[in-house]
Amino acid sequence: MLAKKLKYKKLVDLAKTIRSKNAGPDLITFDIIFRQKEDYELVKRSGVINKKTISELFNIDESRITDLVEFDPANAIKFTIARKLPSGSPGESDTFGSQQYAPLYDLEIPV
Amino acid sequence: MKKELRIISPTGHLGFAPMKLESFKIGLKENPDYICADSGSDDIGPTPLGKDSQASPVKWQEHDLENILLACRELKIPMIIGSACDTGTNRGVDLYVSIIERLARKHGLSKFRLAYIYSQQSKEFILDRLKKGIEIKGLDGRPPLTEEDVKKTDNIVAVMGVHPIIEALNEGADVIICGRSSDVAIFAAPAIKEGFPKALSYYLGKVLECASFCAEPYMGKESVLGIITHEDVKVKALHPNARCTIASVAGHAMYERANPFYEYFVGGRLNMRNCRYEQYDEKTTRITGPVFEPAERYFVKLEGAGKVGERYFGIAGIRDPYTIKNLDKVIEWAKNEVRSEFGKEGYQLHFHVFGKNGVMEELEPIKHITPHEVGIVVEGVAPTEEMAESITITATRQIFYARLPEVKGTAGGCAYIIDEVLKGTPAYMWTMNHAMQVDDPMELFKVNMIEIG
Repeated sequence: MLAKKLKYKKLVDLAKTIRSKNAGPDLITFDIIFRQKEDYELVKRSGVINKKTISELFNIDESRITDLVEFDPANAIKFTIARKLPSGSPGESDTFGSQQYAPLYDLEIPV
Repeated sequence: MKKELRIISPTGHLGFAPMKLESFKIGLKENPDYICADSGSDDIGPTPLGKDSQASPVKWQEHDLENILLACRELKIPMIIGSACDTGTNRGVDLYVSIIERLARKHGLSKFRLAYIYSQQSKEFILDRLKKGIEIKGLDGRPPLTEEDVKKTDNIVAVMGVHPIIEALNEGADVIICGRSSDVAIFAAPAIKEGFPKALSYYLGKVLECASFCAEPYMGKESVLGIITHEDVKVKALHPNARCTIASVAGHAMYERANPFYEYFVGGRLNMRNCRYEQYDEKTTRITGPVFEPAERYFVKLEGAGKVGERYFGIAGIRDPYTIKNLDKVIEWAKNEVRSEFGKEGYQLHFHVFGKNGVMEELEPIKHITPHEVGIVVEGVAPTEEMAESITITATRQIFYARLPEVKGTAGGCAYIIDEVLKGTPAYMWTMNHAMQVDDPMELFKVNMIEIG
């Protein structure tokens, strides 16, 4: 018998908001917010957004992920990473930390 | 004792873009008791603090101050402005005080009391604390503060909690201009002063600090109204098309914070783990259940920034597909040319390759790219302007001369918008994101009072 083929949806198609922003000069925090409770629960249950996925996606050591929180009242999952250099340092190119979220779009969530 | 207190928050960052007046005027009809607005941010990077300058045009700051001042004097209610002029240095506080004085004259306002609170700290004072063995712990993974960190710093501000603001209110201030302050404190202070529970007062501050960012749909610079009672906090969107929903209010709790459950300030933290959110009416969300957890000792956050060097920028565009394929070699060539002229140390040279990983740098997961063109911004930082310019022009020019064995376009390896490098603002760096132990929460702040009008 053939195994049931898993279907996937991309995170970008499930979430209402996927954003990144500074949380102080040394951290960048990522918010993934869902409009529908069901979508939030689906992604939460899938367990896809975990420290290992994040560290692989952004090519960073897991120790740089300072927080990973499921936030039920807002239907949101958020995580925070330590910056390599404080915001606005020479050589650093995203002072507000506001354009670091794009790789999350393509995360595949089994549905 | 008052049953409820109503505070308007007209803007999340005073002056960063002019506040919108329609929702503000709607708010003025809601019988507000206070208008509070924060002007500060560390989002803007270390330059404004390091250089002691501002991030926004004074004109925009005046616009917001004028609208808030006139409304408050007409309604005879106090106004509280946090983190004057983006950074809260003494210069910023003095600038705002002079703007208020000028506006009072311009509009012939009758007498009122203005409190201004300094929060800037001298390097000598912080060094002295270090020598005395006072604990100055690093935040967000930083190690404890060292003498070396202080020496690299140009300007330091301490972030005040509610205490100096409450003192100013107790002394009868009508207008309060704060140096660097916790966003939360400028809203929590009047509520605590008026006898409301600390947990709800700090939550009120937490939810109002960014004005309309706690409402939906997304719109900046619109006013919201916060209402605190002894049982709950309510937050209402004032723009005709905006609503404060459970999702928008709860969602805001996590904005710009590593963790949505805790908010830290002088004297403790707010625990929002058991907050309950209810839709009170179409435009209003009601929140109950935040908990105030007092700290055993007082720690005050210190922010510091210092100059790294003078800075120039060069821009080069590349269209040749072979050169794009061998970009790393081109950059290595340019770096080597700079090294052979200026040595390996004593300057910084960065290549921001837009079209490859210019935005995300080491975080960029896409390692192999085939764009048809890329833009390189060369950033050179050195102790003197002359050296920064030389390094930057050497690196930018050597992109033009990079030697790739198979390149067919042998008349020039890149395109210039202009064949020159551009002088940038000097480079600064955050040198302090620390918390210093104090015996008294007022210790680092000085409340001054003057009469205006």
